Formats: sequence, C-alpha cells, structure tokens
Amino acid sequence: MTNPKYERKDFVAKEDVRWCPGCGDYAVLSQVQRVMPEICERLQLRRENIVFVSGIGCSSRFPYYMNTYGFHTIHGRAPAIATGLQLCRPDLLVWVITGDGDGLSIGTNHLVHCLRRNVNVKILLFNNRIYGLTKGQFSPTSEKGKKTKSSPMGSIEQPIKPLSMALASEATFVARASATDGKNLQEILLRAACHRGSAFVEILQNCNVFNDGAFESFTSAATRQDRSLYLQHGSPMIFGANRDRAIRLRAGFPEIVRLDEFPEKELLVFNESAAHPGLAYMLSELDEQAFPVPMGVFRCVDRSSFDELLDEQIETAVAKRGKGKLLEYINSGDTWKVTAP
Amino acid sequence: MASHRESPEKPGKTRQFKEMDHAIVRFAGDSGDGIQLTGSLFTHDSAVLGHDVSTLPEYPAEIRAPAGTRAGVSSFQLNFSSAEIHTPGDRPHMLLALNPAALAVHLADLMPGGTIVLDDDAFDTAGLGKAGFSGTDPRDDGTLAGYQVYRVPITSLTLEAVRPLGLDKKQASLCKNMFMLGLVAWIYDRSAVSVEKQIDSLLERKTTQPAMLEKYREQARANKLAFRAGYNYADTVEVFVCRYAVGKAKLLPGTYRRVTGNEATALGFLAASVISQRSLLYASYPITPASDILHELSRYRHFGVRTVQAEDEIAAIAMAIGAAYGGCLGLTGTSGPGVALKTEAVGLAVMAELPVVIVNVQRGGPSTGLPTKTEQSDLLQAIYGRNGECPVAVLAAHSPAHCFEMAIEAFRIAIRYMTPVFLLSDGSIANGTEPWRTPEESELPAIDLPQGLPAGDYQVYARDPGTLARQWVAPGTPGLEHCLGGLEKQDISGKVSHDSANHQRMVRLRMEKIQGIAKDIPELTVFGPAQGDLLVLGWGGTFGAIHHAVERAQRRGLSVAASQLDYLNPFPANLGKVLRSYRQVLIPELNAGQLRMLIRAQFLIDAAGLNKITGQPFRTSEIELEILRLLGVQGGGRQDPLPPNEEVHGAIGA
Repeated sequence: MTNPKYERKDFVAKEDVRWCPGCGDYAVLSQVQRVMPEICERLQLRRENIVFVSGIGCSSRFPYYMNTYGFHTIHGRAPAIATGLQLCRPDLLVWVITGDGDGLSIGTNHLVHCLRRNVNVKILLFNNRIYGLTKGQFSPTSEKGKKTKSSPMGSIEQPIKPLSMALASEATFVARASATDGKNLQEILLRAACHRGSAFVEILQNCNVFNDGAFESFTSAATRQDRSLYLQHGSPMIFGANRDRAIRLRAGFPEIVRLDEFPEKELLVFNESAAHPGLAYMLSELDEQAFPVPMGVFRCVDRSSFDELLDEQIETAVAKRGKGKLLEYINSGDTWKVTAP
Repeated sequence: MASHRESPEKPGKTRQFKEMDHAIVRFAGDSGDGIQLTGSLFTHDSAVLGHDVSTLPEYPAEIRAPAGTRAGVSSFQLNFSSAEIHTPGDRPHMLLALNPAALAVHLADLMPGGTIVLDDDAFDTAGLGKAGFSGTDPRDDGTLAGYQVYRVPITSLTLEAVRPLGLDKKQASLCKNMFMLGLVAWIYDRSAVSVEKQIDSLLERKTTQPAMLEKYREQARANKLAFRAGYNYADTVEVFVCRYAVGKAKLLPGTYRRVTGNEATALGFLAASVISQRSLLYASYPITPASDILHELSRYRHFGVRTVQAEDEIAAIAMAIGAAYGGCLGLTGTSGPGVALKTEAVGLAVMAELPVVIVNVQRGGPSTGLPTKTEQSDLLQAIYGRNGECPVAVLAAHSPAHCFEMAIEAFRIAIRYMTPVFLLSDGSIANGTEPWRTPEESELPAIDLPQGLPAGDYQVYARDPGTLARQWVAPGTPGLEHCLGGLEKQDISGKVSHDSANHQRMVRLRMEKIQGIAKDIPELTVFGPAQGDLLVLGWGGTFGAIHHAVERAQRRGLSVAASQLDYLNPFPANLGKVLRSYRQVLIPELNAGQLRMLIRAQFLIDAAGLNKITGQPFRTSEIELEILRLLGVQGGGRQDPLPPNEEVHGAIGA
C-alpha cells in the first residue's frame, strides 16, 4: 500500500484552538503540522499511526489540535503512558508533549527514566519558564529572583536546565529550538522523528501573558544571529551576525574568542555523536548572559531502543523455548494426576 | 484412634500407627534456616500423595533479621488432609523448632497436648539468651508441660551426616532443615525416595548457569544426606513412639499442581492474554507481597508477555493505561501503598473508559504498615479511593487457586465494560498454596472482544445499549483518529465539555455502566440452608476459615449458611435477597468493618461484624465461636481456648 501524500491541512483538527492570543504554542503547532507530511513521507507512515500523548498544562492541550490519535492524560505522566503505548505498539510514531512544569516538576521522574531507557518516543518540552494554566507561578526553569504570585519577593530556587537533565539521563537525542525560528524547529522535529529511541527537544516558547519576553534577548529576529549559536555537526562553534566569534575550550572551560584573533582551524569542532556527553553538557550549561545560547542538536548517538530490546528478548525466548502454549505450560513441572476412584 | 500395624520400613518391629483425617504441621526456625523451602518440599510431597493441602508461610519483613531472635523467626504451616480443606488450620498438631526463639514465638499456637520436636543443640546459653529466655530454659522449667516433647540434637547429627562431603561447618549446618524434614517424613509415613527426588529436582531447577550447577549438585547431595540421616534416625532410634497416617483426599479427577496465589494470578493474566489474543503488558514497581507476580510474568517472554519494572507506582499504571489505549491488555499490580499512588491514574482510565486491571495484593496498613502480613483493609480504597465520582469494578479472589479464574474474569469485565477493574488478593492468598486442578481447554472461559468498527462518523463516547461501554478503538485504525483525555467529555461525541448538565449525565452513565455489570456476573450462592438463623458473609481470603467454621456449626445442627462475595462492586444482583433470607448476618473481615459498612449502607441491614486486624488470617475457631455467640449457644465442646478477640464492633459507620 503506497503511503498517501499528505499536506499540512491533513493534520489540522476541527477543534478550535484555545490558547491565549499571541501564545508561542501556536507557532509550534503550526510547525509540527507543516513538517508532518515530510515525516510521513520519510518514515512511510500513515496518519493513523501517529499519536500525540500529553500531560497537563497549556502545551498539553496540543493533541486536541492535531488530526491524529491523541491522549491528553494526567499531570507529568505522559512519558510513562507513552512508554506503555509504544512498547505494545512499535508500529506507532509516538510523540510526547510536555512543559517545564509537567515534565520537569511533577513528572521529572518519568522523563528521566523514559530517556534512560531510550523509549522510542519523541518528547517536545515547551519551556516558557512559567506556570501558565495555573495563572503565573514560577516554574522549575524560572530564573532565580523571579517575582510571581507565589514568589512575591522573588524565587529563591535554582532553576534546572532541561537539556542538562536530559543529558544526565543518558538521552540519545538532545536538541533545542525556538518556537520563533520555524525553519530550524522543523529541521529538528524531522530529525527527532527519524531518531532511533528517545528524542528530547526543548522548545523555547514565549508565554505572552505571564512571562512575556523570556527569550526575547536571544530568539527574536533582531537578536537571534548575534546571541544564538547554531550548532553544526563537524563545524566549529562560530556565531555572531558577522560570524566573527566562536566558542572554544581553555583548560576545560568554555570561552568566547574573536576569529580575527584566533585561527578558525584551531577552533573546537562540534561533534553531536561523540560517545562522551561532556561537550554537549558544557554547551547545555553555558550561562546565557555571558555566552550565546546554543540551538540545534546537542547530542545524537545510536543505541537500541527499549522496544527493540524487549522484542529481542521475546524472540530469544521463543527461539529457545518455543512459542508458549498455555495449557502445556500450566501443566508442566511438578504436576500429578488424580484419577476417578 | 490408634491402631497397630506392621511398619513397612522395619519388618518385624511393631510400631504404633495413628490414623488422622488431617494433620497440621508447623516448621519454625531462623529466617536463614530454609524453613520455607522445607515446608514447600513437604507440602509438595503431601499433595502428590493425594492429600488436600493448604499452607500458611510467615516470614519477617527484614531480609536478615538478627539471627536467633524472635524477630528473625520464619515459619511455615501445612495442613494436609484426607478431606477437602480450605484453611491452613488453626493450631498445629506438631511444631518443629530449630531454635529457642522459634519455640518462644510459636508455642502458644500449638494444640494442647501437641507434639514438639526441637533442635536440642540450639538451646545453649547464647541461643536461649537471644530468644529472650534469661536464666531459664523452657525445656525444663515446666513451660512444655502437657506437650509431647522430642529433643533431638539436630545440628550435631546433621554435621555428622554430611561430614563425608568435607563441607565447612557453616555450609554443613545449613542442612539441618533437611534433617528436620527427614524426621517429619518418617513421622508422617512418607517414602524417603520420593522426598529425595523432590530435593534433586528443586535444586537443579534453581540455576540455569552451568558454572553454578556443580555447586548446586553438591548442595543437593548434602541435603539428601542430611534428610536421609533424619529419616533413619527417626526410624532407628526408638524415640518416636508413634507414626501418623493421613488418608488420601477425594479430589476431582484431573491434573493437579500446587500454586501460590501470586503464581495463579500471573497464570490467569497470561491466560487472559492467550484467550483474548491481545498482548499483555504488565508494569509494576516491586512491592511486598505483590512482587512475585512481576517475577512470574517476567518469565513468560516466550508467550510475548511484556513486563516493565517501572520507575514508580504511578509510572506502572500509566504504562498499563498506555497499553490499553494501544488496544492491548494493560495490567499493573501492587499492594495498598502502591494503590494509593496510582489513584489519579485510575481516575484517568475511568474517564477515558479504558480497560485496565489493577491487582492489589493487600497487606497490613496504613502507610508502610505490615508488609509481610495479611489484611483486607483496602476494600474501600478500591471502591472509593479516588477524586470525584469514580466508579470501577472490584473483584476479589478467595483462595490461591481461585486467583487464576478471577484474573481472567478481571480482564473479561474490563474489556466488555471498558473500565478499570481492581482485583483484590492478599498476603495470605499470595503466598499460601493449595492444589489446583488445572483447566482443560474447554474449561477456559471466553473473553468477548469488540467486533467490527464503528460505521459512519465516529462518535468516541457512543455506547453499546446493553453494556453502556464505548468502543475500544486503538491508534492505527484509519479514519477514526480521535483524542481521549481526563477532561470531562460530551456525551456521545467525546469532545471536551464543561457543560454542567452533561457532566451530571456522564457521571450517571459511568455509574450505571458499572452497576450494569451485576447482570453479567454469577448470582451469589450460599453454602447451607437457603434461609435460616444466620448468614456468615465474607469476601476474599477469609473464605476458608468461614467455610470451615460454618461447616462445623452446621454439624452441630445450627441453621447457618456461608457465602463469599467474589464481586464487591457491583455486588451480585441477588445479594439483597440473600441477606434478607436470614435472621442475622455476620461479616468477618480482616479490617475494621469495611464490607459491613457497605452492606449496612446499601441494604439497611444491621449486620454484625467480626473484625481482626492482627496481620494474621482468621482461625476457624474464632469465627465458630462468634457464630455460637450470636446464636446463643454456649460454646460447649469447643476444643481451643481463643486468643483475645480483636473485635471492633461499630468502629465504622455504626
């Protein structure tokens, strides 16, 4: 059966979208819908085999707006529900939609273990550094000092960096994109969809109601070139509107150098598929005030996915013991017969 | 009733043989002494010989509690019988104690005039001290007066027996449980050869690693030497004046095996998967006493069974829900504290109307409670323990083998009604064993699966008029793409709805759907007269003790019936009628009166409770005494003095 040729509209649900006007989620939805036809083409996948599973929060309304299968579940648990689904149904392309509260506060545990197991799901974490649906409390990614309704004197909590956590969880695909950079986001979504195992994508997304401008200083069209670092596998980490600066390591720590003072061939070349996650971690930990903010794929390594390993065990067991037969199995071992007197 | 006959082992020597219709033996020792293994071997031998058997294993919550202390005592009670039995028995006829602590802990339970076999070597000053006997020795201070006591130097005889193998002292003394087994096997007239075969097959099954095989063979050799030494000791040394013989039970013809409740539960879920031809995903977080279900199902890979040791209890049910959403059998298992964590997710499965089964192997609560003890205190948690009006079906298994059919039944109902189903088991069922007549192909129940796909414009919450279930449509089905979720949904269409009238309608529909299951489950049956003076109503693992107590009361000519609820939500349709057919209703429970509260609330019947919350199962005598009390019969002819009753009449809802 040849795969249908899909268009963007095939993925647009009839449901009215109910995010606040101006919300960054619209842009993400639109890019996901736009890139779906290409993903289906690449993976020879039909629309009915695509599922979006979400938790709770503004971003978790996402599945209602996709004309695919969807499951809007409970707070923080989407990665676990998606794990159960994907293990039983490896024929499906399963996406997880989560946010900084859903994925990094109430559901951190599941996210960590989903990544560690390399479950074949594609996780999009919408990071707006605020709690939106509960109307504006600080989130685990809110900056220290953030004044919100629940932190009127400023948050006293150290924020967590989503990509650092993903890397520490042994994730095999770790990337960051901005909702405002559609082209880059689409590329990353496509790569995530085609990755073997868990793909974790942090999407910087503006909440214009409770945390407006959170990423403005490095994601707007005006600032992006100068304040973002677009990672290219196999290339040095050069950035700037004039591509005149770069990141390198000195004594194990990152520093910014000017290209006119430092020959390009001596720069550190970025390698997304390095076995050791050290370089990716250095990048994920860069101070966003002092350094450009890296965008793109931080890490992409190949490792068997959870479903593949489980199915391998099933195949091995069948090969070794034969396909299980219920009554034969029940009656094997220490049994005895009672005969009619 | 004693009779004399020739001993089969020693022609010419006259031995006294006592015939018994049943015998209750309790093995006790330190938790490192291999008591569970010993009990299990003897049980198997009993079952193979054709006795009906029932067991009660007990072990400390600590993996290695301090050796020799009362806290570290592990025990295993076996009741084997020539008639059908349903309980491990109240008071053992014989207690085998491998150390003073074991004697201290279990002596009070021994039947008056019962037999004690103890390891005399273990009663040194250190052993007595650890067991809390300071300055006294129970062997000669009158503590054991009235019992038949056999003091056997088990440790030293064991060391002597295995000496040819050259084991170190520690390894060698580990065989003393087998010496003890040898004594018991002789006392109960068993064939030494058949027990030895058991020892061989058990140890060889223990490992699949060739490197370990030789070590296990050596262990088996040592164990058999010790066993045979114990057997021969009993036979030769004319200390044991009496052997006991128990006849075969009249069991239904068929193939039998011994199962624990947890094994039967796992096999039942496997059967549900095979019957429905839907693959099974079991996700679970290790917890006592449910972990063995995970261990067991993890061995079924060749059936395509998928198991996941989840990161936590919530993840476990979440994975099961994911599997159910994917059209497969989603299953999770835990004990009470785990259920507490899963409750929000159960609510999601109720709202999304997905078939998920949750097995709760109940233990003592609240909080961490008594992990290795049994209780029935999670009934209300299963029925009501969620936010919102959130009805689910609740079933209970009443014995180890019964877990098999109830596990299948749980999935039958879950799928037919598109609902989460709780299956309640408990610690004593989970670890207890009984002979199980395995089913023939034709005896396996059917599981109806949805036929065909919805026609026309797909309405996610359109319902079958008979069952009120919505249709199970999994991803991958072309043209029926839809989104489920935990938000309230519009009746029929399944779109998100905040409409107030719709919410009330949906709440009612979900309730009616669950109540409607009553049309689809067997009516409640009673054991005994269809009407009379007293109905003893139970649920779950109290079945055996209730049945036995009622049987005994009936033999006194009392008008008493017993009935066990396997279905707790909804109740069987005829329950009200059954309740009203008796002048009084007694509800024994291992909790503070949870079923009793439900019965009172729903049927306005002033049921009496008998409530025990000690972490121990009921004794037959405890229930029997309460029956006599309620019927105004003085407890004449009662054999056992009763321990203090943990009654809490009226603690709930009264």
